[in-house]
Amino acid sequence: MSKEILVNVCMGTGGIAAGGVEVMEAFKAGFADAGMDASVEKHCAVHQVGCRGFCARDVLVDVAIDGNRATYQYIKPDMVPRIIEEHVKGGAPIAEWMVGDDYHSFHDRQVKVVLSDCGRINPEDIDEYISVDGYKAAARVLNEMSPADTVEAVKKSGLRGRGGAGFPTGVKWGFCAANKSDRKYIICNADEGDPGAFMDRSVIEGNPHAVIEGMTIGAYAIGADTGYVYIRAEYPLAVERLKKALADARAHGFLGQDIHGSGFNFDIKIKLGAGAFVCGEETALIASIEGERGMPRAKPPFPANKGLWGKPTVINNVETLANLPYIFRRGPEWFASLGSEKSKGTKVFALTGKIKNTGLIEVPMGIPLKEIIYDIGGGIEGDRLFKAVQTGGPSGGCITAEHIDLPVDYENLVKIGSMMGSGGMVVLDETDCMVNIAKFFLEFTQAESCGKCVPCRIGTKRLLEILTRITEGNGRPGDIELLLSLANDVKDASLCGLGMSAPNPVLSTIRYFRHEYEAHIHDKRCPAAVCRALITFMILDDKCKGCGVCLRACPAGAITGEKKKPHSIDRAKCVKCGACFDVCKFKAVLKE
Amino acid sequence: MINLTIDGKTISVSDGATVLEAARAAGIEIPTLCHDPRLKPYGGCRLCIVEIAGVPRPVTSCTTPATDGMTVTTSSERLFNLRRTVVELLLSDHPNDCMVCERAGDCSLQELAYFYGLRENRFWGERRRYPKQDMNPVIKRDMEKCVLCGKCVRVCDEVQGVGAIDLAYRGFGAKVCPPFEKDLDCEFCGQCVSICPTGALSGRMWAGKGRQKDVKETETVCPYCGCGCVLTLHTAGNRVIRVSSKVDTPNEGWLCPKGRFGYEFINRPDRLTTPLVRREKGGALEPASWDEALDLVAARLGAIKDAHGPDALGGLASARCTNEENYAFQKFFRAGIGTNNVDHCARY
Repeated sequence: MSKEILVNVCMGTGGIAAGGVEVMEAFKAGFADAGMDASVEKHCAVHQVGCRGFCARDVLVDVAIDGNRATYQYIKPDMVPRIIEEHVKGGAPIAEWMVGDDYHSFHDRQVKVVLSDCGRINPEDIDEYISVDGYKAAARVLNEMSPADTVEAVKKSGLRGRGGAGFPTGVKWGFCAANKSDRKYIICNADEGDPGAFMDRSVIEGNPHAVIEGMTIGAYAIGADTGYVYIRAEYPLAVERLKKALADARAHGFLGQDIHGSGFNFDIKIKLGAGAFVCGEETALIASIEGERGMPRAKPPFPANKGLWGKPTVINNVETLANLPYIFRRGPEWFASLGSEKSKGTKVFALTGKIKNTGLIEVPMGIPLKEIIYDIGGGIEGDRLFKAVQTGGPSGGCITAEHIDLPVDYENLVKIGSMMGSGGMVVLDETDCMVNIAKFFLEFTQAESCGKCVPCRIGTKRLLEILTRITEGNGRPGDIELLLSLANDVKDASLCGLGMSAPNPVLSTIRYFRHEYEAHIHDKRCPAAVCRALITFMILDDKCKGCGVCLRACPAGAITGEKKKPHSIDRAKCVKCGACFDVCKFKAVLKE
Repeated sequence: MINLTIDGKTISVSDGATVLEAARAAGIEIPTLCHDPRLKPYGGCRLCIVEIAGVPRPVTSCTTPATDGMTVTTSSERLFNLRRTVVELLLSDHPNDCMVCERAGDCSLQELAYFYGLRENRFWGERRRYPKQDMNPVIKRDMEKCVLCGKCVRVCDEVQGVGAIDLAYRGFGAKVCPPFEKDLDCEFCGQCVSICPTGALSGRMWAGKGRQKDVKETETVCPYCGCGCVLTLHTAGNRVIRVSSKVDTPNEGWLCPKGRFGYEFINRPDRLTTPLVRREKGGALEPASWDEALDLVAARLGAIKDAHGPDALGGLASARCTNEENYAFQKFFRAGIGTNNVDHCARY
C-alpha cells in the first residue's frame, strides 16, 4: 500500500452545519478499523479545509489517490464505509455519489483570487499557507519596497473597497500615509452583517493568513504599528481560526517585532463585535473599539485623518485585505487585467435565494448577471420565472430581468439603483412579492438603526409601517407617493450609510415593480400570492381526489370533505398558513 | 482666518470654526435641536443641514468645519422640506400634549412645529410608550417626550463627568436611561434638566406650579457658596417656584444640586426673618430689630476690645458670603477692630 491517499472534508461553517465533523470522524474511524492508520500513516491523510463555496452540496469530500481526485457531494457519515471500501481500497469511485456536470459549471465560470486557496489548504496550518507562497508577498514588500511604492502599487492595481462603497484602496491608504502621527492604526472590518452574506466569514475561516498578510502590507504602507480585526462574536469558528493564525504568525516572526527581518514592527488584536449591523459603518466601528456605544459620527474628519483614539486610521474590508497578498505576488498589472474598466479584479458573492446552486462564488468584475444566475447558479429553483436579484443586501436594490445582461461592477449597479454592497446576492422568482421583500429589508434596517439621527430612527419605522399596511391590505391611495417622498428624505437627511441606503429597497422595488404596489393598494391583491391578508385558498373540485392529506395538515380545522370526494375550505376558519397548498400532490389547492 | 460665503454673505471666522458657528456669527439663523455650543457637536437631529457647493448631499453645519472658499446655502426649498420632514417625524412619535405640558411656551419642539406649521402629520403611527415611574426625588422623566438629541447624556459625561445615563437599545426603541433601566440615582445636579429641549426632563418640585405667563424672572447670585453662580429665580405670586441659570453667565448656565434644587427653604415657615436677641442671661431668644441687634453687637465688641485689647477678638467668615462681603469683613476686623485674627471657613 504505497498509494498516497488524501481526503479533504469541507469544514467551513456550511460544511460543519451539514455534518462535516461527523464525516471526518467517520473517515478517521474507517481508516483505523481497516488497519490503514499504522501502515499508511504518512500516505493517508484526512484533511480539513475551509469553505469550498458550494454550500448547497455539503458535505463535500475530495478523495485523491495519487493525485487522482474525485469529489463527492451530500456525504453523510453512514456513506463513508462504502467510500473507503469501494473507492479507497477497491480503487473504484462511486459514480452515483460524485458531483455532476453542474458542479463543474459552478466552478468553471469562476475566477478565484481571494478564494483561490480556500478549500485547498488547511486554514489551521500555517505551513500549508507558506507552501502556497504565503507571506512571501509581505516579506518582499517589507524588505524591498518603500511604503510610498506600496501605496502606488495598490493604486495601480485598481483595487477598490470590497465592503460596498468601492472607494479606491490605494487612495485611502495615500490619505492616511500622508498624515504625520506618532501612531496609526489599520483595522480589518469583519463585521459582516447583511442578511444572507457570508463572504468575509468564509475568507477568514478558509484562509485567515491571507487577511493577516494583507493587513501587514497595509500597515507597512501607511506606517501603522497596531492592527485590529473587528469581527462579530457570532462567527465563533472564524474567531477561533483567526486566533490560531495570529498565534502561529507570531511564532513564525510574521507578526511582532522585526517582521521578516525588515525592522518593521506590527501586531494585530481581535475585537469582538456584539452583532450590531451599524458597527460595520467605520466611525461606529471605531467608537465600538474605543468602548463607546457603536454610533456613527459625521465625517469629516475622516478616519484616515482622525480615526481610532483620534489617530489616523485605515479601515479595510476582509476581502479587500485578502486580495493584497495575491496582488503583490502576481503584480498589480495582473490584477488590473482582471475585471472591467473601472472595477478591477474579482468579487466574491454569496449566492442565495431561489437559485439551484447556492453558495459562495468569486467572479471577475464585469461578468454579466445572466452568467452568474444561469451558468454558475444553475438557474432558478424549480425552473420558475426569474424576477429579480437583490444585491447589496438591505442597502441595495433589485436588478430585474431587463438588466440581466448588465455587466456587474460598481458603476453599473449604482446606475440602475442598486449597489455592489459587500456581496450578498439574493435571487427572487415569481413567487416573491416585491412589496414584501422591501418590507423584509426595512424590518432589518429599522431594527438595526442606532437611533442617533431622526430620519433613520423614525423615518425607517414609518416606511416600514406604510409597507406593512400595504401588505396587510390596508394600503391607502397616495401611499406610493408618500413612500417615495419619505424614502428620498431619509436618504438625503440621514447621518450615516445605514440611513442613506436603507430606503434603497423601497425606491428600487417601486421603480421596477410599481404595478405590484398598485395591485396591493387598489385591487387588494398580491400578484405573487405571498401577502397573507390578500390571498385566499380554495380547493379545485376537478383536481381534488379526496385523499384527505390537506384535511389532516390543516391546523385550523378549516377543511372538510368525505373520503374520495372533493374537499372544501371554510374561509372563515382558514388562517392562510398554506399547509394544504404545500402538502397537496395533485395541485388541487389554489392560492391567489 | 477662514473666509467663506454663506447665503451670499462673505464671512471671516477663525480656524476651527464650524459652518454653524460662522453662520450664527453673521446673524444667519439655522434651526437646531441637538446642538449646544457648550457641548461637542453631535449631528443627530439633522435640522442644521445646509448645502455646500460641490457636495452632493446636505451636511450638518454643526459638525462641518468651515473651510476657505466654501460656499454655503442655509435655506432652500429642499432644505426647508427636509427639515420639515424631520420635525414631522419627531411629532409623529410625540405625545403632543402641549396643553398640559410643563414646557409649553418654552419648548424647542413646539417652536419648530409652529415654525413649520405642522398641524397635520403624514406619518402618524406607533408611538413609544414608557412608564413614568422613576421614583427619584428630584428629576421628573417623561421619556415619551424625548427626542433623543443626546444633550442630557453628553452634559452628564462631558461637563459633569458623571455618566449616569446613556442611550440604550436600537432603532425606534432607542432610549436614554440609567444603567439597567433602574431609577435615576445620580448626583442630581440637574444639568440634564436645564439642557433638555422638550418636556422630557423637568424638576419634580416645579411641576404644576405655574405656566409661563404667570412667571416672573429675577436674576440673583446663588447664596450657597462663594462661586457666585448667577441664578434666575422664577416666581409666581410671592413664591419662588423654580431656579434656573442662563447660558450667558459666568457659570455658563451650569448649577449644582443645591443651587438648582435647594430653594425650598425660602418659603419655609420656620425660616428666620428677623434677628434674635437673648435679652437676659438664661432667657429665650427673642425677635429684635436690626438696629437693636447691631447696637448690641457693636457695644459688646467695643467693650471687649477696651477691656482686653483687639487681639481678644477674632472673626470667621463664611463661604456663603460673596467675595465683596468677605473683603468688607476682613477689612472691618483689620482696620476697624485692629486685629489680624480673621479667617474663612473655606480654609478648612
